[in-house]
Amino acid sequence: MKSSIADFAVISPRTLAEALASLRQTPPPVPLAGGTDIMVLLNAGQLEPGVYLNLYSVPELRRPIEVSAGVRDAGTWGAGGADPPGEVRLSALTTYADVRRHAEVRRLLPMLPLAAREIGAVQIQSRATWAGNIANASPAADGVPPLMAYDATVELSSAAGVRQVALSEFYSGYKQTARRPDELITGIRIPVPAPGSIDYFRKVGTRKFQAISKVLLAGLVELGGSREIRKIRLVFASVMPFTYRARKTESVLEGRRLEPGAVSLAVETLRTELKPIDDIRSTARYRLKVACNLLEEFLGTTMGC
Amino acid sequence: MSAPAEEKSSFVINGKSWSGAVHPLKRLLDTIREDVGLTGTKEGCGEGECGACTVFLDGQVVMSCMVPTCQAEGKQITTIEGLAENGRLHPMQESFAQEGGAQCGICTPGMIMAAVAYARDPGSAEDMREALAGNLCRCTGYIRIFEAVKKAMAK
Ligand SMILES: Cc1cc2nc3c(=O)[nH]c(=O)nc-3n(C[C@H](O)[C@H](O)[C@H](O)COP(=O)(O)OP(=O)(O)OC[C@H]3O[C@@H](n4cnc5c(N)ncnc54)[C@H](O)[C@@H]3O)c2cc1C
Ligand code: FES
Ligand code: FES
Repeated sequence: MKSSIADFAVISPRTLAEALASLRQTPPPVPLAGGTDIMVLLNAGQLEPGVYLNLYSVPELRRPIEVSAGVRDAGTWGAGGADPPGEVRLSALTTYADVRRHAEVRRLLPMLPLAAREIGAVQIQSRATWAGNIANASPAADGVPPLMAYDATVELSSAAGVRQVALSEFYSGYKQTARRPDELITGIRIPVPAPGSIDYFRKVGTRKFQAISKVLLAGLVELGGSREIRKIRLVFASVMPFTYRARKTESVLEGRRLEPGAVSLAVETLRTELKPIDDIRSTARYRLKVACNLLEEFLGTTMGC
Repeated sequence: MSAPAEEKSSFVINGKSWSGAVHPLKRLLDTIREDVGLTGTKEGCGEGECGACTVFLDGQVVMSCMVPTCQAEGKQITTIEGLAENGRLHPMQESFAQEGGAQCGICTPGMIMAAVAYARDPGSAEDMREALAGNLCRCTGYIRIFEAVKKAMAK
């Protein structure tokens, strides 16, 4: 191990209030969740010396996954009976393994377990958190795109109060996020998609497991009775400097009937909308090509079904 | 900042309570090897990639090089030394020995921990290969390992 551990201190608060109060210090302590990003830096001698805030000691941050009922829509769900599920809430320390094990989440939000199983290996999945993946702000984060495609909201808490930020508004540049240093992500709220929504998740990497994405697309589309696109979300990882929602391409598609002409128009729009990164894992040219192919595959399989 | 002192840390390891003074960010891997004195758990990469350091933390498989010791506080840890019972090897250990699932042995403790976790809860991964995808072996070519796991699970 290359870092000198004596340069680091850890606070283990017992309550959320204590944790939030500690974040008012200057400089504020750095949150430590599952440690799968932080410990890699520590072991490589690249972690910033300072004070770390151990989130595991705070029971409020370890709440189990909650599924709450939504508003009943008689048209879709029929009168009477139970309310449909409306929202899923992950807590700060919800891990990928927690999601893979949760039967209701697997059914309601199928892209989440698909993403979870491709992150690291099982030993990473039992520690790594969704909130850590969001806060770490890697352009290659695999957990963020499906959450963004599902229109998730990030719950940010500080000693001053709680605010909700749409995940699609959370990033503004490479490693630039809406989180203030005195804030913790205390929850992630995900609305359950309308019945009949079709999703798409594909990670393209070098290997099946333990590989960082070269290109990833998480998509969600809601079709009307005559196949018109009511709503579509297209979220890419590893293509732009941050998790990117292709809003221009989405708006070209929304309101249009899903047919071959719409697909080629969308692919053309995407080709000019994306300005892919070049890095050690892949080239901009490869990324652009694969991103367009993934979009074509998503819309094509959706049309075919 | 003044150099922070080590702190008291306690957990249960292989059924026995342990406590000692450890820096809270010290890797659980190092605490197990240096402070508890159990050297069966190995270090390969120190980056979460190879699985040689796999242990159970409250029943879940984890890479112990990724766990700061403060997050093991009050928890149950099982290492490779904790699998044998009454001096008899665990059936997975027997099977690795019989099938030639171990050569140099560096990956073996972690590989066996991951295999035991999968055998206990086959629903935890889609299949055996996925359950062992976090454990690298440079010697065996994996086939004998897979055979060993299959045979142990069939028993
Ligand atoms: C071997 C290996 C393989 C990996 N494979 C993948 C992969 O395939 N795909 C992928 O996307 N990632 C991968 N990762 C990266 C990592 O596992 C994920 O980013 C993970 O989700 C981070 O979560 P954590 O709880 O471990 O974060 P930590 O390391 O604890 O923290 C990460 C960052 O988020 C901040 N943070 C954490 N929680 C909060 C909170 N509640 N509020 C505010 N800030 C917070 C921390 O301060 C830190 O900056 C891999 C890591 C390893 C070691
Ligand atoms: S030493 Fe922990 S995963 Fe390689
Ligand atoms: S037996 Fe040598 S690395 Fe697996």
